[in-house]
Amino acid sequence: MSIQRTHQSRTSTLLFVIVLMATLIGVTVCNQLPESHPLHVGNYMITLLGKYLTYAILAVSVDLVWGYLGILSLGHAAFFALGGYAMGMHLMRQIGDRGVYGNPDLPDFMVFLNWTELPWYWLGFDNFAFTALMILLVPGLLAFVFGWFAFRSRVNGVYLSIITQALTYALMLAFFRNEMGLGGNNGLTDFRELLGFDLRSDEVRLGLFLASGIALLFVYLLCNVILRSRLGKVSIAIRDAEDRTRFIGYRVEHVKLALFTLSAMIAGLAGALYVPQVGIINPGEFSPLNSIEVVVWVAIGGRGTLYGAVLGAIGVNYAKTWFTGAYPEAWLFALGLLFVLVTLVLPKGVAGLFKRAKTGTSPS
Amino acid sequence: MSQSSGTQQNPLIRRDRVFEFLIPRQVDDLDLSHGTALYLEDISVNFDGFQAISGLNFYVNKGELRCLIGPNGAGKTTLMDIVTGKTRPDTGSAWFGQRINLLRMDEAEIAQVGIGRKFQKPSVFENLSVFDNLELSMAGTRNLWKTFRAKIDGQTLSRLESMAETINLIDHLHSPAGMLSHGQKQWLEIGMLIMQNPLLLLVDEPAAGMTHQEMDQTVELLTALAGDHAIVVVEHDMDFVRALNAPVTVLHQGSVLAEGSMAEIQANPDVMRVYLGTEDVSC
Amino acid sequence: MLQRRCTLLILLFLIGTTTLARADVTAGSPELDAIFTQFVEGKTTQRTEALDDLAASGRDDTRLLLNAILEGDLMLHKPSSSIVWATKEGRQYQIQSLDRTGSVDTAGRRDVKRLKLDNRLRSYLRDLIAGLGLRSADPVERLAAISALMGKPDSMADELLTELLNAEEDANVKAALTSLLARKQVGSSIAAERVQGLVILRDDLSPDSRRLVSQLANNDPDNTVKEAALAVQQAQEGKVTLYGWLETLFFGLSLGSILVLAAIGLAISFGVMGVINMAHGELIMLGAYCTWAMQQLLPNSLTASLLLSIPVAFIFTGLVGILIERTVIRFLYGRPLETLLATFGISLILQQLVRTFVSSQNVPVANPPFMSGVIEFNSVFSLTLNRLYILAFCLVVFALLLALLKRSRFGLEVRAVSQNRAMARAMGVRSARIDSLTFGLGAGIAGIAGVALSQVTNVGPNLGQAYIVDSFMVVVFGGVGNLWGTLISGMTLGIANKIMEPWAGAILAKILVLVFLIMFIQKRPRGLFPQRGRAVDAS
Repeated sequence: MSIQRTHQSRTSTLLFVIVLMATLIGVTVCNQLPESHPLHVGNYMITLLGKYLTYAILAVSVDLVWGYLGILSLGHAAFFALGGYAMGMHLMRQIGDRGVYGNPDLPDFMVFLNWTELPWYWLGFDNFAFTALMILLVPGLLAFVFGWFAFRSRVNGVYLSIITQALTYALMLAFFRNEMGLGGNNGLTDFRELLGFDLRSDEVRLGLFLASGIALLFVYLLCNVILRSRLGKVSIAIRDAEDRTRFIGYRVEHVKLALFTLSAMIAGLAGALYVPQVGIINPGEFSPLNSIEVVVWVAIGGRGTLYGAVLGAIGVNYAKTWFTGAYPEAWLFALGLLFVLVTLVLPKGVAGLFKRAKTGTSPS
Repeated sequence: MSQSSGTQQNPLIRRDRVFEFLIPRQVDDLDLSHGTALYLEDISVNFDGFQAISGLNFYVNKGELRCLIGPNGAGKTTLMDIVTGKTRPDTGSAWFGQRINLLRMDEAEIAQVGIGRKFQKPSVFENLSVFDNLELSMAGTRNLWKTFRAKIDGQTLSRLESMAETINLIDHLHSPAGMLSHGQKQWLEIGMLIMQNPLLLLVDEPAAGMTHQEMDQTVELLTALAGDHAIVVVEHDMDFVRALNAPVTVLHQGSVLAEGSMAEIQANPDVMRVYLGTEDVSC
Repeated sequence: MLQRRCTLLILLFLIGTTTLARADVTAGSPELDAIFTQFVEGKTTQRTEALDDLAASGRDDTRLLLNAILEGDLMLHKPSSSIVWATKEGRQYQIQSLDRTGSVDTAGRRDVKRLKLDNRLRSYLRDLIAGLGLRSADPVERLAAISALMGKPDSMADELLTELLNAEEDANVKAALTSLLARKQVGSSIAAERVQGLVILRDDLSPDSRRLVSQLANNDPDNTVKEAALAVQQAQEGKVTLYGWLETLFFGLSLGSILVLAAIGLAISFGVMGVINMAHGELIMLGAYCTWAMQQLLPNSLTASLLLSIPVAFIFTGLVGILIERTVIRFLYGRPLETLLATFGISLILQQLVRTFVSSQNVPVANPPFMSGVIEFNSVFSLTLNRLYILAFCLVVFALLLALLKRSRFGLEVRAVSQNRAMARAMGVRSARIDSLTFGLGAGIAGIAGVALSQVTNVGPNLGQAYIVDSFMVVVFGGVGNLWGTLISGMTLGIANKIMEPWAGAILAKILVLVFLIMFIQKRPRGLFPQRGRAVDAS
């Protein structure tokens, strides 16, 4: 087993912050340039980049538990989607009586299903503060309850991966049901405004892009603080030798539960930022494929490094956008090959390549 | 046991200095008033038909240094697993002092009340530095929030550094533990064990992979710790056991075959039969 | 009003035509001549008498002739005034003499005339035919005749029924007669007879019988009969519930057998080798496509193509499996999470290959005739053959696999490698070869699972995805590395799913099963039957 220092070095963090800030500012400035200007960044690109940034947040949340704690979650898309649904419910309430049926109390799909009353779990979603709380609480609570049982009975490794996958699969089936009162197959869409701003306006799109960037910065720094603390070292200790960590007195299940819950909340935040930018949330977001794709972003970028996760998420998604535009047939081949190649030849991901280049072939 | 000259003397046994970790810590519930630190009574463990331990009774006194020997499969490691909570026995009871029932606790709780363990195969955290390894094992809070907020002050730093010096790893303080040699990992693990400052130390094959000089140092270290700490040493190397000059318990097929000084054990006909049937006692 | 007038006109017209055709009819023999003359020219009562005469004539072809009259296959050929067999052929008729010996001629539309029937006569004819069927030498015909009478038991005379019952030797026919008798009896005006009938109806669960019983239970004027009927009703309901459970059990076992088939290959690669093969679902899918391909190659013999596709799918997916093992998995032993990712990539590639080279749509796979049909035990419980065959197929595959692993040299080597690779190598087992073959075996079984699945579900590129989560749950629930555990867990999950389906709906039942499994694994991480000894440590 090759050896690497996995905690965050100050330089890489600083570098990351500078690059991210520069990108955010640069893109904003380029967006304000006249369209004829060669450096102009269009609104389509802004939304695309905003989406990538939310994916990057999701990737960081997966990396936190996989790269630093050894929990390969194949269900993080579920937390992402739950956060997204919470935001989607708020946006649905914001439509008010401007829906097709013009019903001020019920979203269109409920009118369509002949529902007469708003289900209790929709109450409160008119309020943005409540929604913001739910965006973190719902995924967090699910992760907490799930983790409480799983970690206490020491379900780990592949078994944990499989039941996280089953979890997101079960949720997907549940959200497909119309009886859930969350739009069934079609999900939630036709959003109009957020906090009184028109979601389709250019300024709001830029605003959401910047919000995603700042959220990524905040999440990155938060994870960084945790990983640099003694708790971060304990988490790496758990990843490498779980039993040994127990024998020196650490409650492994508590550490896992705390970080897993935090990670789910971060994923929920990512989902909440994602939904207003793409304009829809549907049960497809729960599909097991989505969760595994996130894992591949992290694997390609380099697990165990936060910036690797960010690079992986943005890089793979850029490639996906390009491929689906240029060769739509070939994307799944490319993604499949990426999975195989990254596990066979690049187990440390792109970040691993950087490190090797920086430290030379044999670390001192 | 030969005392080394002053310059080479292990700093741990220098009489002019009292290390904090040599002072046993106080555990509230622990009651050692009867003089016995560990009680194992009528313990039996069955692994899918294999009787690893059967009807074992084993006591360790407060501050005692005890050697545990026995052929492979005698149940030595299983015994340690039971004490540290890794394995639950089918029957029997295990008490730490008068009040602490080990069978009701998990590994982390047992470690927190003051039972430390060094594994047979050196198991250090390979991706963490020597410093981090020692820092994590250091006795102190295991609370999640406090662990997150923990800061390393000057005093802690000097403690960690002096331990690194003691185990001859001060030059490797910031290299990953995975880069160390086998012997260095053994030392690191002993260092981690001592940083935990347990009241009862379970040491599985400390001498494996060590040079003779290092073995001598280990003997000195263990004898210095004894008295304030109860220690159980499992070892195959009979020279090492002899050098420890401590009472010996022989395990055979999951129960105690003989107990006594090394000389008595060597003269015991049962032990001779068990060992000579397979291997020489003095090997 | 208008309608009535029309009817009247038609009637007048009909009377006119019959009067015009007044002449003796020939039908091949003096006896038949007389009968048909009477039938064609007689009045209503005479016509029924003519039919009675025909029925009582004791000829071999009596039933045939009666049936032909009923179906309109016999006609009067006007030019020759004879009764003939006639079939319409374009605008003309093909006619032949009644004994079917003469040559086939053609006759114009206007030269032939139907033998007139009204509804009363038709019903009379049916009864006659049934009555004749009752005395037929063939038990199948007798049974058919009795079934035809079930709905109107009173059309049969008591004496005839008793006589038939006493003479009957075939058990099935006797049972049918008894149940006919019971239907007569419950309609009787004598209370004691109604009770007798009820006793017999107790064992008859057909909706008709249950309706009769419930009528008596609700409305019978006699209290003893009413009570008896209530008791019978209860007994019947108990049995219906019991058969309902049996049916659920069968559906459960059937779903379970599919789950087991899908999971068992995984149990080998995961349980024996510690490899998480996420491409397992796609190997199943490839197996299903093998069935499709074989049907394309042999479009005229569905049975042969299905049977042939079993070995073809086994070999093809087995080879694909070996290829995957040699090129990817070989490098990832001992790193289960990595195998999970790499094989997931392979699953995407396999899916996309099928989409690109076959079609992204579902392909049609036909069921051979022997797969369709039902075995009916009684009117509330029947088993569909395709499900029964798949259940049997699953058990056969399971038994063969168990025998292979427990009794053969190869199985011994597989178990040796899975328990202690280093030791097995030291003993001269070529572990790399065993790994390839084991993985190929798991893949091959996925292939034959695909053949079975092609008979019950749609075959398309996404087929595998639908089964992968389920298969993993089956393996983990049963206990990794334990084939019996996989069998029991698959069957248990199948039954649990089907038990919940009636009140929860299919999707909710599936969700509940998944939630249950998630909780179960948290309680017992090693499954129902944990592997003994040195467990496959997958972390």
